[in-house]
Amino acid sequence: MLVSTNWLSNYVDWNELSIEELAEKITRAGIEVDGIIDRSFGMDHIVIGHVNSCVKHPEADKLHICQVDVGGEISQIICGAPNIAEGQNVIVARPGAVLPGGMKIKKAKLRGEESNGMICSLQELGIEGKLVPKAYAEGIYVLPNDVRAGDSALTHLGLYDRILEFDLTPNRSDALSMLGVAYEVGAILSKDIKLPEISYSASAEKAQDVLKLSVEAAEDNPMYVAKVVKNVKVAESPQWLQNTLMSAGIRPHNNVVDITNYVLMEYGQPLHAFDYDRLETKEIVVRHAREGEKMVTLDQVERTLHDHQLVITNGKEPVALAGVMGGANSEVYEGTTTVVIESAYFAPGSVRQTSKEVGLRSDASTRFEKGVDPNRVAEAAERAAQLMAELAGGEVLEGSVTFDELDKTPEKIILSPDYVNNRLGMKIAMDEMKTIMDRLQIPTELINGQLVMDIPTRRQDLKIKEDMIEEIARLYGYDEIPKTLPVVESTPGGLTPYQAKRRIVRRYLEAAGLSQALTYSLASPKDAQAFALETAPVTKLLMPMSEERSVLRQSIIPHLLDATTYNVARRNESIALYETGSVFLGIEEDGLPKEVEHVAAVLTGKWVHHAWQGETKKVDFFVMKGIVEGLFEQLGLLERLQFTKATVDQMHPGRTATVWLDDQSVGIIGQVHPTVQHQRDLQETYVMEMNLQSIMQTATEELLYEAVPRYPSISRDIALVVDRDTSAANLEKIIQQAGGKLLKKVQLFDLYEGKNVEEGTKSVAFSLTYFDPERTLTDDDVVKAHSKVLDALTVQANAQLRS
Amino acid sequence: MKEQLHELKEQVMLKIKESHTVKELNDVRVAYLGKKGPITDLLKGMGKLPAEERPKMGALVNEIRESVTAILEERKEILEQQAIQEQLENESIDVTLPGRPVELGNHHPLTRVVEEIEDFFISMGYEIAEGPEVEKDYYNFEALNLPKGHPARDMQDSFYITEDILLRTHTSPVQARTMEAKDGAAIKIICPGKVYRRDSDDATHSHQFTQIEGLVVGENIRMSDLKGTLDLLAKKLFGAEREIRLRPSFFPFTEPSVEMDISCFKCGGTGCNVCKKTGWIEILGAGMVHPNVLEMAGYNPEEVTGFAFGMGPERIAMLKYGVEDIRHFYTNDIRFISQFHRSEA
Ligand SMILES: [Zn+2]
Repeated sequence: MLVSTNWLSNYVDWNELSIEELAEKITRAGIEVDGIIDRSFGMDHIVIGHVNSCVKHPEADKLHICQVDVGGEISQIICGAPNIAEGQNVIVARPGAVLPGGMKIKKAKLRGEESNGMICSLQELGIEGKLVPKAYAEGIYVLPNDVRAGDSALTHLGLYDRILEFDLTPNRSDALSMLGVAYEVGAILSKDIKLPEISYSASAEKAQDVLKLSVEAAEDNPMYVAKVVKNVKVAESPQWLQNTLMSAGIRPHNNVVDITNYVLMEYGQPLHAFDYDRLETKEIVVRHAREGEKMVTLDQVERTLHDHQLVITNGKEPVALAGVMGGANSEVYEGTTTVVIESAYFAPGSVRQTSKEVGLRSDASTRFEKGVDPNRVAEAAERAAQLMAELAGGEVLEGSVTFDELDKTPEKIILSPDYVNNRLGMKIAMDEMKTIMDRLQIPTELINGQLVMDIPTRRQDLKIKEDMIEEIARLYGYDEIPKTLPVVESTPGGLTPYQAKRRIVRRYLEAAGLSQALTYSLASPKDAQAFALETAPVTKLLMPMSEERSVLRQSIIPHLLDATTYNVARRNESIALYETGSVFLGIEEDGLPKEVEHVAAVLTGKWVHHAWQGETKKVDFFVMKGIVEGLFEQLGLLERLQFTKATVDQMHPGRTATVWLDDQSVGIIGQVHPTVQHQRDLQETYVMEMNLQSIMQTATEELLYEAVPRYPSISRDIALVVDRDTSAANLEKIIQQAGGKLLKKVQLFDLYEGKNVEEGTKSVAFSLTYFDPERTLTDDDVVKAHSKVLDALTVQANAQLRS
Repeated sequence: MKEQLHELKEQVMLKIKESHTVKELNDVRVAYLGKKGPITDLLKGMGKLPAEERPKMGALVNEIRESVTAILEERKEILEQQAIQEQLENESIDVTLPGRPVELGNHHPLTRVVEEIEDFFISMGYEIAEGPEVEKDYYNFEALNLPKGHPARDMQDSFYITEDILLRTHTSPVQARTMEAKDGAAIKIICPGKVYRRDSDDATHSHQFTQIEGLVVGENIRMSDLKGTLDLLAKKLFGAEREIRLRPSFFPFTEPSVEMDISCFKCGGTGCNVCKKTGWIEILGAGMVHPNVLEMAGYNPEEVTGFAFGMGPERIAMLKYGVEDIRHFYTNDIRFISQFHRSEA
């Protein structure tokens, strides 16, 4: 909403404040003033000129040499506008003027002819092209005959005005009119407001004798008022009216249309003007359209209508799409002499739906959508009639043609001062509350210690007691509210164990060298299930914005790979990222997808890189595996973790494992398939993804202290040659089982394949630690236990011992 | 014999002097004092001397042996010192060479902001509540006083899955769910999480972003409690000198509704480009829980009141760290993320 402060002054006197102070007060009271526009843009040396003569420039086809009277002085000005002509009154920017676009006007020579200034269009004075009357849209602006050369053109055009740009919240539709703004400013400044006085002399002829009205859809149109004005002369509006409309962001057309728009902005009540004769039938019928019915709207578009859309008809065919746009067939034109003014209440939902369906939002439809003031419908029609009599020479017929089933009684709200103060944490006296209601012009009585308020229908946002608390607080001032802290039945607060574990997981992964990524939950159908631990029907959006983000992800890895490719392409070649977040699987009984929290990670490039010491090491499977093991150790689950070789789509078949927690598969780990790496422009890249939720919900044993050993332990190393396919885990299991209770620790410390080892075999070495918490072990004890281990390895794993 | 001895001593002394390493010195010791050395030979040869000369000569040999031993020790100490000195010189390093980096990862900047806010409220006795990212229309809108057909819930603005299910557009449904689940009991929660809106991604919009909201419900919760709480939060996030101001605003689920501004942390309120010359920066929206919302969740709004507030960690992070484009939070450029390494007390 653009509020001209000149126009506002007609209704409320705010001039003891600076405009900045006014804007600040309005903002603090609840309507945000986004900006202040000075329509003069600080311009100077802009005067009215009279074109005494205008001849073609001898050297240039498109230029004219004009002798312009700029007030007691004749100036030669060269003008290139197509519509320049002798005898016009025009806007002249004299030397020294600076136009809003930054252009400085100086004396100049154009093709050898002197030019002392510039004849201006409205656009050159900073008025948006879409607001300039069509007649002058392509050239200079021509002023009426009754102006005086040398006067300030800015004054004449009403440009010494400043506009407040309101950013209205959706509830404050009352401020979508100048009167509404006046009530608000009046309340803020404790000032009375001046409403327009409506008076005109009506003709003896009665409106209802020349026009019949029937409303067949009262639920969508509970009130309709029509007035008839005869002998109208359609013409350009007086300058002040055009200026006022342009200041409000509306393009002037002709006096009849301009008057309806003026009243729209003044009262917030949209009006429509029909050409009475073009209606042909002397009748208005409001009804729902017939399915498939067609009409051509003002913008010359033929529209096919639906049976829930409300139309105004002449009894035969639609002449307007109610509240949204008029029809081309009944439009007011230069030849119009009799006008029907329509002022109505159209149901907000109906207008909203129709305007959305036909894709038209206008100043009118937005106001109907919010609900106009029922008590201004009739008054606005009278105001328009008055202005048509005054400005278009019309003769207003007596009375109106009216259909009215609209409830116009004000809501009553009863409020106790304690209710207000208990909710604000303040002690405002009842009298002060009453004063605030007076400022808002909300009729209020004090009855039995309560405020009894009749809410004017112009304030449709005030419905419940809390709305009134806000009115009181905002005008009393939010700065007056003290600062206290809530007193609630005390709870300890804090993270749940699950949330605390999530933080442990994040901190651990960061300590391990991975940074946290944050990627999108929406994925392309192609990626949604890639690398997924578990797949279920994919959840799709009804109206995606792109294929790329059209379904919910079932795995995080593809997103981390995208991030990795992005980084690698920017020469960040060593990447270590992780993410915790939800994946979305199928549909549960309650209709929502199953959301499962996962953790995923990606590694590529170098893991150790200490340049000047020449130490660099590429990431490999075991770096990622070590990270996973460490994670389980952090969560007290290391003993229950296992890896088995696995085949996963898009993963390297020889370098991928399933991650097991007890007998539950909780994740995957491995290298991305070289083909996929290549497609994604990646070098060797390792990933893992695990069901974090399962892992974190697994109960762990209490952490208990184990005695620090008092007796020494004894270590023995074993070197074995086994089949290449024998897994380390298998050997370890055999050793653990055979070692008995004295065997405390088994550690693989060497692995070798190649020269000196028979093909198809590998050499593996373990270090075994024996220990008895009760005594010092003897050699005999160890030899006994150790030989069992060696036997078991020979028998069960077909291992050859190496000396 | 006596002369022989003195000659020998002279010889040894010379050899000791000529020794430059501990090893050479040791060789001298073995050569002269060892079992096969000349002094041992001399002692052995004493038997051939007349008996009366033996004690005198014996004493002389011992004297020479002792003095040679003493000089050897002295020399040895010097040489050892020299050796250590040399070793230290050889081991000297350039201490200005770069250290071996400790490769730590770090939080995403949004997690950093969210955890800071969570921890602040945890210290004030709040719990952290979470809920699904795919929500029922009921919890996302209806239970929050946004009935079907309400203009604020345009299909165009939300990602619907079906007519009744959508990606949550704010974290407020967690509030609605918590209120419903608490069955009339008091509440003090913070709800962080991802939310989704049907916006094209640009410098200030992201179709996925994060929110963090707070809700307190109980008997006698007042707007002054909201103001006091937000004041402490503003000081925690943006510095102890911050002032706050509340401006009336509108949200369907609160009444009265306010927006909170903080005094500009860059210029302190005199006006700069961060605060658009106003001295104030808009940080969050808040209000008293709308009676309809309380009622739908089973509270009696005549007896129980509440306040709620919500903010965008992206906006906070952009202000705090001077980030100019919201897309940085989602491209995961390591050059961006790794800037949030430093810990802050
Ligand atoms: Zn500032």
